[in-house]
Amino acid sequence: MAKIKSLEDLKKVREDAQRDLKVRRDTGTRIVVGMGTCGIAAGARETMHAILEELEKQGIEANVETVGCVGQCVKEPLVDIMQAGKPRITYGNVLPDMVPKLIEEHLRNGRVIEEWVVGRVDDSVH
Amino acid sequence: MRELSLHILDILQNSLEAGASRVELSLEEDLVNDRFSITVRDNGRGMDAAQIARATDPFFTTRTTRHVGLGLPLLAAAAEHCGGGLHITSTPGEGTTVEAVFQHSHIDRAPLGNIQGSLLAFVMSDTVAQTCDLSYRHRVNDREFTFDTADIRRELEGVPLSHPMVRNWLKGFISEGEKDVYEAVP
Repeated sequence: MAKIKSLEDLKKVREDAQRDLKVRRDTGTRIVVGMGTCGIAAGARETMHAILEELEKQGIEANVETVGCVGQCVKEPLVDIMQAGKPRITYGNVLPDMVPKLIEEHLRNGRVIEEWVVGRVDDSVH
Repeated sequence: MRELSLHILDILQNSLEAGASRVELSLEEDLVNDRFSITVRDNGRGMDAAQIARATDPFFTTRTTRHVGLGLPLLAAAAEHCGGGLHITSTPGEGTTVEAVFQHSHIDRAPLGNIQGSLLAFVMSDTVAQTCDLSYRHRVNDREFTFDTADIRRELEGVPLSHPMVRNWLKGFISEGEKDVYEAVP
């Protein structure tokens, strides 16, 4: 049955991932996606999957997390990007088709996409 | 919500916010009796009778950032519009069970939709990745697909569930299981 084959695959996945983890560990980049009722209704699930796919495609390491409602429901899906030593940037109304540009500009080129920003915390300690 | 799987993702988050370390999600599609039920059982902090009574009131929430909570009221309304309803049982300190029942063939019943996406989004959330396990069961007539992140975690020997390689495996594993469960449906 398919399931048993999959569990065998998992052992292989584990071995590969263990090797990979030695290289990985803390990346210093956290991406937080709002996943409350408002976020989900606005499409945050698809946005989150787009982020995961794009990170993988571009080979960028980041921890992706979800949070509940943060109170700016009209701006959902909300995506926060936190990088060590830089201000925390909140992007609003982030739809899946915006994600490649977001990852490319913010994470790869280090440029904040000002027209999408809805919030900023200039404290580098999160 | 356009898909039942979005409601599911939403109410699963309630369990996390209630501090659950274990969440059981069960989907039962009984085409013979024309019934679709969604059950979420957690071991979170639970609710007392007064909180249960208000849980489907949109102007009640345990959250302190705002005064409205729409997750359960939206699910209750969806179920009630489809010849079913929402039942909540809970014991403070022990946990909560939410069951939503729909008439399977009801014209207004939203499709289950991308359940793989909801399960992955839930499992990828930091809390689940670190401190909470999900047990999943999807039954369609007499076919069943089940998994438990506790089993997967054990197999992984310390590699996090959120690792990209594990995520890809999970994606394939869940997609296969979901496809299999519908195999006998015409």
